[in-house]
Amino acid sequence: MARPDAGGRADPLSGRARRLIDGRIFALAIASALGGCSSGVLDPQGPIASAEKTILLNSLGIMLAIVLPTILATLGVAWWFRASNTRARYLPDWEYSGRLEMIVWSIPAMTVLLLGGIGWVSSHDLDPPRPIPSTTNPIEVEVVSLDWKWLFIYPDLGIASVNRLTVPVGAPISFTLTSSGVMNSFFVPQLGGQIYTMAGMQTHLHLQADKPGAYPGLSAQFSGDGFADMRFTVEAVSPDQFTQWVTATRGKGPALDPKSYAALAQPSEAVPASTYGAVTQDLFQAIVHPNPPADSGHAQTHKEN
Amino acid sequence: MLGKLSWSAFPINEPIDIVASALMILAVVAILAWITVKGWWPYLWREWLTSVDHKRIGVMYCVLALVMLLRGFVDAIMMRSQQAIAVGNAPGYLPPEHYDQIFSAHGTIMIFFMAMPFMIGLMNFALPLQLGVRDVAFPTLNSVSLWLNASGVLLTNISLVVGEFARTGWLAYPPLSELQFSPGVGVDYYLWALQISGVGTLLTGINFVTTILKMRAPGMTYMRMPVFCWTALASNLLIVAAFPILTATFAMLLLDRYLGFHFFTVDGDGNPMMYINLIWAWGHPEVYILILPAFGIFSEVISTFSGKPLFGYRSMVAATMAICILSFLVWLHHFFTMGAGADVNGFFGVMTMIIAVPTGVKIYNWLFTMYGGRVRFTVPILWSLGFMVTFILGGMTGVLLAVPPADFVLHNSLFLIAHFHNVIIGGVVFGAFAGYTYWFPKAFGFTLHEGLGKAAFWCWFIGFYLAFMPLYALGLMGMTRRMQHYEDPSWQPLLLIAAAGAVVILVGIVFTILQLVVSIRTRDQRRDLTGDPWDGRTLEWSTPSPPPSWNFAVMPLVEGEDAFWRMKRKARAEQGRPAEAVDYEPIEMPVNSATGFITAFFAVITGFALIWYIWWMVGLGLLGAFATTLVFAWREIEEIEIPVEEVARIDRAYRAGLVQ
Amino acid sequence: MSAITISHGGHGAHAGAHEGGPASKRIIVAYGFWIFLLSDIVMFSAIFATYAVLSRATAGGPGGAELFNPTSVAIETACLLASSFTCGLMSLAINEEHRTATYLSAAVTFLLGAAFLTLELREFAGMIAVGATPQRSAFLSAFFTLVGCHGAHVSVGLLWLVVMMAQVAGKGFKPRIMRRLACFSLFWHALDIIWVALFSIVYLMGGR
Repeated sequence: MARPDAGGRADPLSGRARRLIDGRIFALAIASALGGCSSGVLDPQGPIASAEKTILLNSLGIMLAIVLPTILATLGVAWWFRASNTRARYLPDWEYSGRLEMIVWSIPAMTVLLLGGIGWVSSHDLDPPRPIPSTTNPIEVEVVSLDWKWLFIYPDLGIASVNRLTVPVGAPISFTLTSSGVMNSFFVPQLGGQIYTMAGMQTHLHLQADKPGAYPGLSAQFSGDGFADMRFTVEAVSPDQFTQWVTATRGKGPALDPKSYAALAQPSEAVPASTYGAVTQDLFQAIVHPNPPADSGHAQTHKEN
Repeated sequence: MLGKLSWSAFPINEPIDIVASALMILAVVAILAWITVKGWWPYLWREWLTSVDHKRIGVMYCVLALVMLLRGFVDAIMMRSQQAIAVGNAPGYLPPEHYDQIFSAHGTIMIFFMAMPFMIGLMNFALPLQLGVRDVAFPTLNSVSLWLNASGVLLTNISLVVGEFARTGWLAYPPLSELQFSPGVGVDYYLWALQISGVGTLLTGINFVTTILKMRAPGMTYMRMPVFCWTALASNLLIVAAFPILTATFAMLLLDRYLGFHFFTVDGDGNPMMYINLIWAWGHPEVYILILPAFGIFSEVISTFSGKPLFGYRSMVAATMAICILSFLVWLHHFFTMGAGADVNGFFGVMTMIIAVPTGVKIYNWLFTMYGGRVRFTVPILWSLGFMVTFILGGMTGVLLAVPPADFVLHNSLFLIAHFHNVIIGGVVFGAFAGYTYWFPKAFGFTLHEGLGKAAFWCWFIGFYLAFMPLYALGLMGMTRRMQHYEDPSWQPLLLIAAAGAVVILVGIVFTILQLVVSIRTRDQRRDLTGDPWDGRTLEWSTPSPPPSWNFAVMPLVEGEDAFWRMKRKARAEQGRPAEAVDYEPIEMPVNSATGFITAFFAVITGFALIWYIWWMVGLGLLGAFATTLVFAWREIEEIEIPVEEVARIDRAYRAGLVQ
Repeated sequence: MSAITISHGGHGAHAGAHEGGPASKRIIVAYGFWIFLLSDIVMFSAIFATYAVLSRATAGGPGGAELFNPTSVAIETACLLASSFTCGLMSLAINEEHRTATYLSAAVTFLLGAAFLTLELREFAGMIAVGATPQRSAFLSAFFTLVGCHGAHVSVGLLWLVVMMAQVAGKGFKPRIMRRLACFSLFWHALDIIWVALFSIVYLMGGR
């Protein structure tokens, strides 16, 4: 399925679908849903997202095989045994059948056995902290969720960016994540599953982009009034372009040090993307484990109602 | 003197708020004035507000739930319309600080003040009747529970006018809900309203568990109890085991907010993740607290309207109790994305799927209950069939979310929203409406209008699919919940459809109201004189509609499952024989008590004072509540005796009506 | 059909009942109160779990070993256990409907409970004096909440005991007063059980 262009224009399928149906709302919903694959989890652009999509669809398929016949049987039985149907047999005392009970317990049990296997295995295969096997060296990125923007630190490259994450295509990205205060969830639907960012703690996530493009990212955990604008873009570029970008960014513009971080950490909404040309060593660890004063003045600095 | 309360607490500068507040105040004043003009206060006070009759209390719970359904639905319409227009640079008409309150209030109200009272109300009404007894174990406590619940409702609605409500989502995750990030009174309203109503719910749980385990008609063994009683037992056991966790969790958050403790704060080595664990250790059982009684209602309805006993009764009981236990072993599936590790995620994922097994069994058992039956397509059975179809889908998407890697991409998305509305509307709300239509004639002595009921059902059913199927798609497209506005224009068409769906549901609600109004106006044509309008199977149908306050003139003797069905069968077989003379005896019934109402009055005072830091008023409220307890403890008359003539007169009149 | 049949005690109140039927008021009240105690224990479990999670979260502040005074806690424990014993004596006196013995054992129970509370408050005051306030760290928040919650229960129990004695004085040993006294005694013993758990987990395991 086609990837969206930057404007987020719907792809031809949904456009055509929309012209086809006026008033047939269900059909529209389905068509738009398919069209909607264009930027969502059904249009994966990396190995993790692809694997997660496969598991999602497989599980759905397994269940639909049971669920659809059950729904049809429910409606069919109810209709056939309607009171006005004289051809239906009335069994006023039929309330037990050992054989049927056996089947009744085993159908869902078998389904769950199968799905449980998928769930257990895939939960290990796709555990977020698990590195992606690759011949390419992973890129380390430290992510900090702030009120209400995302900070990306490239510790090995000595640069950082806000609300735009530039990564090379084909290289695993190894994320270490935390939050400045409120909990958020780091999520790039087309690259794969999300993980919480929590103050004082670190979480780990591995993602990879296979094709160049701009993929929308967002916070999936409500974090306050500026939450809706807590979006970022993942720019997946070729390795060469990535090197160029790193060179162009490094040493340019402001440096990210404790002072400029404190300024950045002030609540702000709909922040435009920007970069930092230098980063203080181990700043991320200082963010995860801030030194007490136990009662810091954050309450005053935070936005009042 | 007034703590944090000042004129700035009133939404003078916010047009939407002030209009909503004014309308609400106007409506309340109008209703109160109407009651005063009509001179209904003494009647209301005597027969309802101070009643300890489980049937009256049940009805009041349901009224509360229906009113709160309207309030919560207004929130829903506002959210749907906001999201339908706030695309790209359009800000919509609700600023974030307002929108955030709306979705928080919607969730809180719908779960705590709509679904819970509705289910508790139906259990209140039907349980003692089905068990063949005259009241619950602790009738006055029951009234206290009701009014404490109403106190929570009142506090939540006061927040609309005075101050603000929480802007943190319906579970108020810290650190966002800590004073540092939510310095306003919104979270305090949320916490105190739920603490107070939570105590009421816990007392209900204790009351009902005791009732079911210790008060049943002679011969009503456990395996002869109607399935609704079993599901109610499971649900109330869950209340007893889960609500104390909620109380403790909220108490800790309150200590953080009021006294600077560090349970869930970012600093002082606090641990917000613990809140999330604790709240879901309550929260997951909570959804089964809601759905299990609904399962019971569907079992009764499907069996009754199929004219058959429930298929696989023992399976049904086993499945219910299995769900009851398993529901405590799945809480972590609400936050697979916290990074707990593959083993933990895998375990909770598998446990979650296992809970789908007993649920699936129930679906098949209902199906086989209809098999070989004579299914009468009345309104309650429509709700039940609508439930079965919808709930299967919702269950399926639930199991899908239990697969951790699938959850990684669907967590907190609109897919999740669609899923839980799928099970809560399709399960709990449909169940509540099935029960409402089913037991209405028993409660009031006349049936509800069929045509309008069917219209309401179809609007709800179609409206539900219109409103929530697009949300599944949007979730797959990467849209998360709680967005006040969004950038991607390809989301808008689906959100417009969802908004249209909400409007269709609104029409359904209008039909529900219309049905009630029309039915009341035409009640003389729709009287239920037999007490058994549906050809019922359980004991509640063996009494007049509405039943006298003592329910049964003579304690029924239960000889098997579907006790009343057996009695009717036996009576048919013995037709022609002269009726045995009934041996009436005087009946002791608990006296009315204002304890519940007055306790709740002081609870509201205390809660309001705590929210606004008005400490002298806190003291006053607590003192008042304590004094109320003392007055109750010192009362001399606890029961009145219904004279045998009265019992006999009413019962003979009912029996005479039956013969006609 | 393998029906589980249980026979309930006391159908005196409901003459005409055949097999089973609703239990007597005495049983219903005691049973309901048991369920309440169960729920109370669940609430304590949640706080216990929290305490366990936060027991090392001292934020650089003092831990249990530096703060707890084993002697004082041992005396506290002795007071509470003794009060449970005298509460048992009170139950015996109530069964005999012996007023003087009831008042006497209730008074001793009250004094022992009050002594327990006084010692607990002194412990709290001492900790707060050295800066170990509940605001200092998550560990101390959990400690004060857990122990304080038990203390609050004891306080409520003392108030309840006073009210009950006033009821006995005013109304005598009526069935409903007896039922309430039975509930009080269940409550008091449950507080003992919770204290034993608390003592073991907080003071014995955490004091080292």
